[in-house]
Amino acid sequence: MDWLLLLIQTLNGIQYGLLLFLIASGLTLVFGIMGVINLAHGSFYMIGAYLAYSFTELTGSLPLAILLGIPVTLVLGFVIERVFITHLYHRDHLQQVLLTFGLILIFNELQLIIWDGDPHGVPVPDMLSGSIPLSDTLSYPVYRIFLSLVCLFFAGALALIIQRTRIGMRIRAGASNREMVESLGVNIRVLYAIVFSVGVTLAGVAGMLAAPVETVYPGMGEQILIISFVVVVIGGIGSIKGAFLGALAIGVADVYGQVFLPGFASVAVYALMAAILLWRPSGLFGRGEG
Amino acid sequence: MVNLPSKSVIAVLIVIVAALALVPLGGDKYWIKLVTRMIVLGIFAMSLDLLVGYTGLVSFGHAAFFGLAGYLLHLISGDEAAVNMLWALPVCLGGTAVAAAVIGALSVRTKGIYFIMVTLAFAQMLFYFFHDSDLAGGSDGAYIYIKPILALGESVLIDLDSRYTLFYTALISLVAIYMVLVVVLRSPFGKVIQGIKVNEHRMQALGFNTYFYKLASFTIAGTLAGYAGFLFASIDGFVSPQLLGWHESGVALVMVILGGMGTLFGPAIGAIALLGVEEIFRDKALVGFMASHWQILMGGFVIAVVLFMNNGLGGLLLRLAGRRRGER
Repeated sequence: MDWLLLLIQTLNGIQYGLLLFLIASGLTLVFGIMGVINLAHGSFYMIGAYLAYSFTELTGSLPLAILLGIPVTLVLGFVIERVFITHLYHRDHLQQVLLTFGLILIFNELQLIIWDGDPHGVPVPDMLSGSIPLSDTLSYPVYRIFLSLVCLFFAGALALIIQRTRIGMRIRAGASNREMVESLGVNIRVLYAIVFSVGVTLAGVAGMLAAPVETVYPGMGEQILIISFVVVVIGGIGSIKGAFLGALAIGVADVYGQVFLPGFASVAVYALMAAILLWRPSGLFGRGEG
Repeated sequence: MVNLPSKSVIAVLIVIVAALALVPLGGDKYWIKLVTRMIVLGIFAMSLDLLVGYTGLVSFGHAAFFGLAGYLLHLISGDEAAVNMLWALPVCLGGTAVAAAVIGALSVRTKGIYFIMVTLAFAQMLFYFFHDSDLAGGSDGAYIYIKPILALGESVLIDLDSRYTLFYTALISLVAIYMVLVVVLRSPFGKVIQGIKVNEHRMQALGFNTYFYKLASFTIAGTLAGYAGFLFASIDGFVSPQLLGWHESGVALVMVILGGMGTLFGPAIGAIALLGVEEIFRDKALVGFMASHWQILMGGFVIAVVLFMNNGLGGLLLRLAGRRRGER
C-alpha cells in the first residue's frame, strides 16, 4: 500500500475518532457524574444531524444551522432531564437502560413523523468544500480537517472547563461524592441538569458536524451509540481522558479494519474492546467497579 | 431463597397454561402463530431471568444466543430433507453453549455497568458477523426451508412444520423448563448464585469460586435462550441478524421487568403481556392513527413500566396471593 493512501486513512481514522470522542464524552460525563447510563444518547446524535439538515435547507448555510441547532439541543436536553432522567438517579442500571430504551423507541418514531425514512445529504459549506492536493491523484478534503479541528477545540474546551473552572470543580466533586457536594450547599439538581444538557448538546453538535460527511438516515443514532459505548468502556467509564484515547483507538481501528479486513471492520472494533478488557476489566482509566 | 409459589399462585399459573393450551382449538392461523411466539419468547425471557433476577448479572446481549441458535439451525438445515432434532438440537444448543461459555468467560470478569456494555458489545459483534458476511444471507437474513423433525428410526414423532405440533412443543417446553429451573434454583448451585446476587464478597469469603458459578449460570441461561431461538426460527422458518440485535436484547429485558424479575414465571407472563400490548398498539380499530406509529406508544409503555411497576406482573400476583392467604 502506498504510504500516501495510508496517511489518508490514518487522517480519516483520527477524524472519525475525534467525532466519536465528542459523542462519547457526553456519554461518559453523564455516567461519571450522574451515574446514569443513557442509551438515548445516540438519538441525540441523530437529532443533531437532522436539525443540521433542516436548518441548512432553511438558511442555506451549515454554520448558521449549527448556531440555530445548539440552543434547540440544549433545551431538549434540559427538558428530557427534568421529565425523565431525574427519576433515574437512585435507581439501578437496569431501570436506566430500560427507560432510555423506551426513549429511543419514541425518538425513532418521532424522527419518522417529523422527517421521513429517506436518507438525506447535507452540502459541505462552500468555504470548506475544497481539498488539499497530496499528489497528482490524491487529495484530502478541507472539511474533514475543519471537522477534526472543531472536535479538538471542543476536547480542549471541555478539559479546560472541567480542570480549571469553578463549575468544573463542582462537576469533579459531584462525580466523586454526591452527598458531600450536596451538603456543602451546591444545588446538585441544577448541576445535573446542566451536565445532561451539555452532554446532549455535544452529541447533537457531533451529529450536525458529521451531517456533510455521512448520510443523514434514520438508524444513524443506534450504530453510533453502540460504538460510543465501546469507546467509553475501553477508556474507563467516567474518564474524559480515557474517552479521548479510546475514541482515537476505535476510530483508527475501524478505518484500518475497513481497509485491511473488508467486511469484518465492525468485528475488529469489538475484538479490540475484548482484548483491552481482558487486560484491564475496568477500561484504561476506569476507577474499578461500575 | 426460591420457595415454590403458594398454592393459589400455582393454581393461577395452571389456569394460564390451560387457557394457552386451548388456543389452537380455535384454529385461527394468526392466533396460533402469535401465541406460539409469546410462549417461545416466554422461554427466552425466563432464561434471562436466571441471569438478571437470580444471579444479579444484567446482560444486555442475551439475544446473541437466541439468534445464534436460529442461525445454526439454518446452517445445518438442508433444502431437501428435514433435519432430525435428535442430532440437530444437540448441535445447535452445543454451539450456543460454547459461544455462551466463551463470551461469559470474558464478560463475567467485569461488573455492573461494564458487564451491561460488554455483553452488549459481544452481541453486536455476532450481529455484525452475520450482518456483514455472506455466510447466511447477510443483512437480508436466510430461510429454513424444511423445519426440523424428531424421528426415531423411520417414525416421525414430532414435525415442527405442523403449527399445532410446534405450538404444543413450545408450551410443553415452557412448563418443563420452568420446572427444571425451579429445581436448579432450589439446589445448592441455585442457592450459591442467589447468594452471589445478594453479596458476592461474602460468597467469596465463604470459599466459593464465584467466577465459575457466574460463568455456569451465564452458560445455562445462554443455552436455554438458544433453545428458545431454535423454536423461534422454526415458527417462521426465517432468521435475520435482527434476532441477535440489541433491540431484541432490550425487549427481552422489558419482558423480565414487566413480568417481575426474580419470579421466574413472571417473565414468561411478561413476554405474553408485552406481545399482547404490541398487538393492541398496532390495531387501528383500538388506537386509531397511532397504530402506524405504535413504537411511540410502546416507548411510553416501557417508560411507564420502569417508573411505576417495581415488581412487575409476577410480583403483583404474588402479593395478591399473599393477601388472600393473610385474610384466611
